[in-house]
Formats: sequence, C-alpha cells, structure tokens
Amino acid sequence: MTENFEPVIIGFTCNWCSYRAADLAGTARVKYPPNIRLIRLMCSGRLDPTFVLKALASGADGVLITGCHPGECHYLEQNYKALRRFLLLRRTLVQMGIEPDRVRLVWASAAEGVRLAEEITKMVEAVRQLGPLNWPKWQQTNGHGEHAHIEAEEVSA
Amino acid sequence: MTTENKPQEGQERIGVYVCHCGSNIAGMVDVEHVAKWAGEELKDRGVVVARDYKFMCSSLGQELIENDIKELGLTRVLVAACSPHLHEQTFRTASARAGLNPYLTELVSIREQVSWVHTDKQAATAKSKAVISGGVERVIHHEPLEPLVVPIHEATLVVGGGIAGIQAALELADAGYPVYMVEREPSIGGHMAQFDKTFPTLDCAACILTPRMVSVGMHPNIKLFTWSEVTKVDGYVGNFTVTIRKKARYVNEELCTGCGICQEKCPKKVIDEIYEAGLGYRKAVYTPFPQAVPKFPVIDRPNCTYFQKGTCKACEKFCPTNAIDFTQEDEYITVEVGNIILATGYDLFDARRVTQYGYGRLANVFTSIEFERLSNAAGPTNGEIVLRDGVTKPDAVGIIHCVGSRDRNFNNYCSVICCMQGLKFAHLVHERTGATVYNFYIDMRTAYKAYDEFYQRVLEEGTLFVRGKVAEVTDAARLPGEEGKLIIQVEDTLAGIQRRIPVDMVILSAGLEPRRDAKEVAKLFGISCSADGWFIEKHPKLDPVATMTEGIFIAGCVQGPKDIPSSVAQGAAASARVLGRIRQGHIELEPVRASVDEAKCSGCRICNNLCPFNAIIFHEDRMVTEINPALCQGCGTCVAACPAGAISGTVFSNEQIFAQIDGLLGLTLEHAFS
Repeated sequence: MTENFEPVIIGFTCNWCSYRAADLAGTARVKYPPNIRLIRLMCSGRLDPTFVLKALASGADGVLITGCHPGECHYLEQNYKALRRFLLLRRTLVQMGIEPDRVRLVWASAAEGVRLAEEITKMVEAVRQLGPLNWPKWQQTNGHGEHAHIEAEEVSA
Repeated sequence: MTTENKPQEGQERIGVYVCHCGSNIAGMVDVEHVAKWAGEELKDRGVVVARDYKFMCSSLGQELIENDIKELGLTRVLVAACSPHLHEQTFRTASARAGLNPYLTELVSIREQVSWVHTDKQAATAKSKAVISGGVERVIHHEPLEPLVVPIHEATLVVGGGIAGIQAALELADAGYPVYMVEREPSIGGHMAQFDKTFPTLDCAACILTPRMVSVGMHPNIKLFTWSEVTKVDGYVGNFTVTIRKKARYVNEELCTGCGICQEKCPKKVIDEIYEAGLGYRKAVYTPFPQAVPKFPVIDRPNCTYFQKGTCKACEKFCPTNAIDFTQEDEYITVEVGNIILATGYDLFDARRVTQYGYGRLANVFTSIEFERLSNAAGPTNGEIVLRDGVTKPDAVGIIHCVGSRDRNFNNYCSVICCMQGLKFAHLVHERTGATVYNFYIDMRTAYKAYDEFYQRVLEEGTLFVRGKVAEVTDAARLPGEEGKLIIQVEDTLAGIQRRIPVDMVILSAGLEPRRDAKEVAKLFGISCSADGWFIEKHPKLDPVATMTEGIFIAGCVQGPKDIPSSVAQGAAASARVLGRIRQGHIELEPVRASVDEAKCSGCRICNNLCPFNAIIFHEDRMVTEINPALCQGCGTCVAACPAGAISGTVFSNEQIFAQIDGLLGLTLEHAFS
C-alpha cells in the first residue's frame, strides 16, 4: 500500500501572488508532481482554518497554504493574519494527532513559479514519507460529505 | 465528443466544456475521455451536457456554450481550459450573451496547472477530472451577481517625467483631462535629456525632447511636481488619494523668474553625479541643465555653504526677486486621481561590478552615459571626445557590448538598447575623431525599423567588429605597441583566435537595470515586480501597459528595457487605456465583497481590527458590525475570522470552498478518479 502511495494535497492559493506563480510555473513549463490540487482564494487572509481541517477530514493527506510574501500582500497585511492562524492551527493539529508537516505555509510571489513548483515537489515527497492520513471520515454513507461540513464547522467554533 | 443527459428535478443544469487548446492540453490530457467521464460520472451532480472542443475560447467554442444555455436551459457553466486570469472574462461574457448571469460561469485551469506542469498523461487526466469535479461542485453554489460600478475620477497621476511619462501626460492633458506629474529630480526629461544623439536617425535628443518638456511645463491641464516623491497611495481604481512630498527647494516658485543669477553667484562647485555622470560640475544651487523644466533651481542642502556653515547666502543677496527662502520646508500635498501611470524608468548597470573591465580603476574606461555626456555639445567638454585628461583625442577606441546583460553573473536578459547604442557611439567617434573603432559584441541585435540599415552604415564607415565576449581590459603591456594603451583581451570567435587589441579609450555599453528602489515603489502602488525587478504587466503580449492592480498602469523602461520609440508608444498606450476609463465615467469591478448578517452578529468585534481599508464599522447603539461595500476590497480576512459565521463573502463563500474541496477529493463521486 505505502509503496504505491500517492498522496493527495489540497493547495490554497491567493489570487494575486501564488495563483499567479502557479500560472507562471505552467507558462514556463516547470514540472511538479500531479498530487496537488489547487483552490483559488482572493487572499491567504481568506483562509479559514476550517478549510484545512475540512480538507484533511475529507481525504486529503496534506494541505499547502500559499500567499504573497510578508510585506507584499495585495491587501496590505492580510497574509500576516494567515500566518497567525497557520501557527495556531499547527498547534491544534498536533493535539489532534496530525503530523504538523502535513500542513505547510509557503510564500510565493507572482514571479516565483519555479520556487512554488519546488516547494510543491518537496511537500509531496514529505507527505509521501508520512504516509496516508486516513483521518476518520464521518458519515461517508450518503456519499455527499454534507455531514462532514457540519462536523468541520463545529471544530472551528 | 458530447454527452447529453436528461436533467434531474430540483438540480442545477450544468454544462461542462473541456478545451483541447490545440495540443496544449490535449497533448497531456485525454480531453475526449475527460469530457465523456464528466457527462457520465457527474450526471448525478446535475451535469446535463459535457463537450470537448479544439479551442473553447474561439467564437465557435463560445457559440457552443451560448447555444446550450439557450437550448438546454443551462443554469451553470463550467469551462476547463486555461487560467481564469486569461479567459474568465471571455466565458462570462459568452454566458451573459446567452442570458445567463455571468457569475454563474466558472473557469478551472487544466493547462497552466495540469497539462503544462505534469509529464504523466494518465495522472494528468485523472487530475483534470478532479479539477473539473471541484469546479462543478463549486459552481453549483455560485450566486447571480451584478458587477460593482465605481465612478472614475477624471484626474490622472503620472509618476516619472522621462519621455514615457511626458508622452502619457501630454496625451491625457491634450484630451482635456487633468494630470498631476511627479518627478523626483529637479527637472523632467529623464535619461533622454542627457543624450546627444538618438539612434538610428541621429536626431539631436534635446531638439526633439525639450519642446515636449516645455509643453508639459506650460500645459494648463498639467500640474507639475518636480523635486517631489509619492509617499502614500490610498483608495482604489477610480478614487485614489495620493500624498506627494514636495521637497523644500529653498526657492519660492512664485517669485523666481529662472534668471540664473543665483547659480552664477553661488561660490560652491559640486561634481554633478547625476546629470553629468560625474564628468562635470554644477553649483550648490542649480538646475540640472539650461533647458530644465521647470526653470526654478534647487538648493542642494548637504552641499550648501549656508546650510552647512551658517554663512554665505550669496544667492539670496543677488537674487533680483527675493525668491531664495532658506526657511522653506517639505510640503505634503494630497491629490485625488482616478488612475495612475508609473513611468519611473531604469538605472544604468553599475559597470564597476564587472571588475575585469576596469571601470573606476582604469582612467580611460568610460561608461555609456559618460560617453553620452562627452559627445554632447552642451556637455562638460562641449562635445569633444577626449580622454579623461580632457585634452587628448583617442586614436583607437574599443566599445564593449553586453556589459551586465546576457551574463549569468549579472543579468540574464538582453538590455535591448546597447547594440544600437554601441553603433551610435562608433559612428560618433568615427565622425568626430577619425579614430579606429572596434565593437566587441556577442550577437548584433538590430531589430526594428531602420536599425539594421544603421548597422550597415556603421559597417561601411569602417568600424571593425569583433565577435566575442571581452575577457579583460588591462593596462599591463606585454607586447610592443601596447605601452600606455588599454589592451582588450578577447577571443575572436569568428576567426577562432585570441586577440589583444590596444586602444586609448574603452566605452562600456552598459545594460539597463530596474530602479534600485523599484521594489518599494511596487509595494507603494500595490503591484508586483518580476524576478529581475521589472514591474509585471497584466499580460506580456495582450496587455503590456496594465498591471494586475486595477487603475495602475506602467509605461517605458519600468516594464523592461526598451528604446525611446517603444517608451513613447507605451506612454501613449497607457494614456489611451486611462482615457477609455475616464470617458466611460465608471468601471465595473468584480463583486467580491464581504457583508454582515446583522441577525447573526454577536457584536464581539473580533473582525473590527482586521480590515486595512477601514471598511468595517461598529454600531455601538445596536452592538453590530457593518461592512461598507465601497471600501471593502474583498480579501475575505474578516469572513474567515468571524466566530459566529455572520460575515459572508461573495464569489468565495464558505459553501463554495467546502464544495470545491469535496469535489476535488472525489467525495461526491462513486468512483475514484483514474
């Protein structure tokens, strides 16, 4: 099982820097493993920690959070708030028995396609080493994960 | 490949469109299979039609979508193609044409984020399915929205008074709209004001530039702030509030007539590092050059005898209009503008960094800007091309191309102008001194109108061209005939031999670099720099003067190295973009905004300190928070922070993100992605 284990990672990107870095990696034909699936937000400050818990609870083996470099936020300073939440979230994850390295924060400017690709590659390898997360999936029976929403929301409240 | 399903009761009716993008996507993703899969596996999720097409963005591709909306009654559209930054608008507009609210259409990227970055076709195909599944789940939760309409202030701020900024300002002002121009130096004109001749026509730079400068200075619609800098930018497109620091000139502009007596009488001579590139002198009270606009001089405080020693005031004594004012202080001025054009230009590559070429160590090694001043009739030598001693004419001159450019130790990029600049120097040396001229080049790059003809002309004049990157410039003579000369050591790659060429003068055709403070300027205006440090345009081909930040435009070398014609073209282009906006009177913005459900708000005030745009207001009387949609920029930080879930954000709502996660992870499907 673990020999062929292909981790699934959900990546959160901000509209202005890291999503553009991902676009740039594409236009520059930089290669990285296909294990990551990206979601676009306007800002890393939009990242509700619940999103991360939800992703992990729904079958992701890791979550990559990305945003503009400190001091370069399109919304002035909201990435600092993302950083604060990330640091708290990591502590919470440890208490839930989740290896903190499954959730990473990477700053990538719109010019750093190569760097983002490198960080994705590193993360995929790190999570591969950690193995599958197998977070207990609640209420899978209905196949729509609707109950998972509620559970995940309760975690944040 | 098309799959059509019967719509199910009570569900959204979704159309999925998978683009081949020629072979860009289809080469790495089995597009037909993906479309078929979406039609079958996502049927339960409401997908009633799934198609693939060669170029979804073509008019025929868009028509496919429009027809399906009309004929199948689609209520949601998902396109899997390139980045939303490229074509989101295209597909939204197509949907709108067919009568579907544009915000019910979503574009997911399977090109930049799948086919172009992955190498395994099976894995890329599976990932495409996941991306589409995520997009379908997300689009179900989209809401119909209306764009936010923002009025556009008529005035424009142009930062930088070089040729690009001048062109932009004049276009706008001539069209009848107010312009504020901010220039850091005491005069506008930029680098072009330092040049003698311009390639390939050899027009005198001053003759073509100074009339433009005068037009800017005299224009009733242009308010000029020289010796000034932008210190703060607030607001957003249409309504920027800009703070300008007008540095103390110590000259009252109301009274000064620009007669120049103060400059004549000032006893303090200072080496002019900026305009004369260190080759000439100016006074402590000065205008950089006689045709300066505005004509008012500036007192250089660190070099002024009065400011440093407390006595002198020669300028004040002799000023016929009592315009000298030693008590003047910096002024902060606030202006309201709708759009901003940045034309802050470039810095010349510091040739000292290439130590083997000896600039700063060997007297007769000159930089390109030094040579520009030497050859300029109004320059320190009155246009005499002489060695550093100021009298000796050179018998042989070597011009080295690509200094600091196309060199992995410095800058990888080509600085565009240096080949033509080197040819111009060759012509001027030849014409004025009759010296033997050698050009050392890696590749000659003389694209654009009449450039190669100029190259041919310089070849015919007898300039010698040596192909090879110069290894070293040295004064250590080894062979007879080298004594007292600068020896250029180079591998002649056409002849396949090493050569030592003795010359009297070396000119380094230095490249262009981003301004030293480009990063800070980018931050101030909320735009980004590329890895090299040039400001990033919205699209490298189709939108070269806009930036990702609405209302901020770029022109000239700030976007990348370019020559005068291209800088002028960009200045005009940027102003055309701004004029379009002003003429419309308003702009439609993405309706990405946060709002508070007052019934859910507990008045905890956790969100109150999170907004950098002061959009969050707290009502003490009702103990609830409200968000001002005019100030909200849509980052969503408050949405994420609200413990009561009372704040929601359009386009990126919790429901949309949660659903996208489910979709991406295949939670809504019976079978895993394969």
